[in-house]
Amino acid sequence: MEALTAIIIGILTAASVYLMLARTFMRFLFGLVLLSNAVNLTIFASGRMTKGHPALVPYGADAPLQAVGNALPQALVLTAIVIGFGLLAFALALGFETFRRTGTMDTDEMRFAEPKEEEQK
Amino acid sequence: MSWVLVFPIAVPFITAVFAYLARNYPAGRWISLAGSVLSLVASAALMVAVLRDGVIAAQMSNWDAPFGITLVADYLSAVMVVITAITGLATAIYALGEIPEKTERLGFYALFQTLIAGVTGAFLTGDLFNLYVWFEVMLIASFSLLVIGGGKDRLDAGIKYVALNLVSTLVFLSGIGLLYGITGTLNMADLRGAVAAAENQALVTVIAMMFMVGFGVKAAVFPLFFWLPASYHTPYFAISAVFAGLLTKVGVYALMRMFTLVFVGDVGFTHEILIWVSLLTMFTGVIGAAAQMDFRKILSFHIISQIGYMTLGLALYTPLALMGGVFYLVHHIIVKANLFFVAGLAKQYAGSTDLNKIGGLYKSAPLLAALFIIPAFSLAGFPPLSGFWAKYLIVKAAIELNMWFVTFVSLLVGLLTIYSMTKIWGYAFWKPHPEGYDPTPDRAPPRVTTAMITPIAGLAAMTIIIGFFPEPFVQFAETAATQLLDPSDYVTTVLGVQP
Repeated sequence: MEALTAIIIGILTAASVYLMLARTFMRFLFGLVLLSNAVNLTIFASGRMTKGHPALVPYGADAPLQAVGNALPQALVLTAIVIGFGLLAFALALGFETFRRTGTMDTDEMRFAEPKEEEQK
Repeated sequence: MSWVLVFPIAVPFITAVFAYLARNYPAGRWISLAGSVLSLVASAALMVAVLRDGVIAAQMSNWDAPFGITLVADYLSAVMVVITAITGLATAIYALGEIPEKTERLGFYALFQTLIAGVTGAFLTGDLFNLYVWFEVMLIASFSLLVIGGGKDRLDAGIKYVALNLVSTLVFLSGIGLLYGITGTLNMADLRGAVAAAENQALVTVIAMMFMVGFGVKAAVFPLFFWLPASYHTPYFAISAVFAGLLTKVGVYALMRMFTLVFVGDVGFTHEILIWVSLLTMFTGVIGAAAQMDFRKILSFHIISQIGYMTLGLALYTPLALMGGVFYLVHHIIVKANLFFVAGLAKQYAGSTDLNKIGGLYKSAPLLAALFIIPAFSLAGFPPLSGFWAKYLIVKAAIELNMWFVTFVSLLVGLLTIYSMTKIWGYAFWKPHPEGYDPTPDRAPPRVTTAMITPIAGLAAMTIIIGFFPEPFVQFAETAATQLLDPSDYVTTVLGVQP
């Protein structure tokens, strides 16, 4: 299971790097989504992939009755997913607004903040 | 639970809520101002508590460390929180003059207060994952503030800023995941022991590098700084001042914290890299500034070059160097925010920030000229201003280590900084206003300029005070450096027992 997860994380990262190297901002964002998922999987795997039961304490008991899965990485991943979702929503809106105003998603053509020398004069 | 640690974070958050509710009324800006004053009071209370007890910690919801989230303040955290509140207050006053009503209605003050809350949280947290969360709070607020009320240039800058910062965040996050994987803890004080006890120290170093890259992007060190000069010259001046003052320093703070508290197993390797990174940061920053002809672009590149001095203080890793680094951090926030404020007012008076299109400010705005001299020469390191003492400590630390190349680069960069500052002085203040450009396009009403010059004067006064009476500040930085190099107090206070 660990090996499979590691390979999946590797593939996701490779694909995301390929996408993020593109000039189009949209592709970059897709790359970011994949990378964000790869990172979430990494956190999840770092809590060890063991067969376990839900980390719940039955009513009346002081401790779980059997070995339970590590709940902390799941909580971390959940937080990271929520935050990542928010950031991504913002980035998408930003990309859309930029396209609407400037008519381009090509980052090489986006020289509005730093115009080339000859355009300045 | 120690409320003194919670208030500096809670006050700006609560202010943000009320400022948002009142965003359509003039009351919104006054709520923001009042909130900033309260933040300053709260952070002063924190400072008093830290000065009394050394290190203070609070466990959120009474979950004992290392299981719950800990808020902890030592000397470094406390001074950063205070300086954040000071910058926040200065910006809140400045914004009264600069920010148009249309932008206020978009929730400007709510975003600004959220940003301050995020920065303060990052300085106070003792939990690594919580640090990530504060980084994100800070980031999302800064994204919005960067593009708010903007045209094409702001959107363009926003895309570059957002893209690079999101990648750095992911690097940082995966570092956290891996570190948790080998130590099983996320509490920074607990991590110190756990990392030292880890079996695979080579893996620890790899993770340390991931943190260095993640924080390095935030701190804008070489070669990860490209987002900064691409974006910092576009937003409102109040915003670029608060960004310039605080955001990159959060990265520097995080580097200082992690590379004195947690990643100290292989100092010869990690801190050697930091030395070279710092030198290249200092040098490329100052050279980049020399090529620019825009007030704010020059200042943006100087942020990078100055960041190099701070990370150099960490990289040299002696008590004197760290002391210099802490002193530099505090001095730089005040000075740099102030220079961006000056740039904004210069635009009000002369109509542009392009040095080719403005001039004669010495004649048309003598008070502003006098107030520019103070932070500019402090940045360049002229005695007796605060920057001189900051540079002096760093350079002295390098000399004591017999690192002559480091000393040479530090002094050279100081010299080149003078060149840039005199360039701004010469073009914007000294030379007559160029023909063909309207010198006073639409002169702002006196209410606006008063609001804008008040924080400039206040911060300039602080620069002078630190410059003429450096003794208490240096002593404070010395204690902060001692605490960083020997964090046993920090660890004991957080965990409650000696590990």
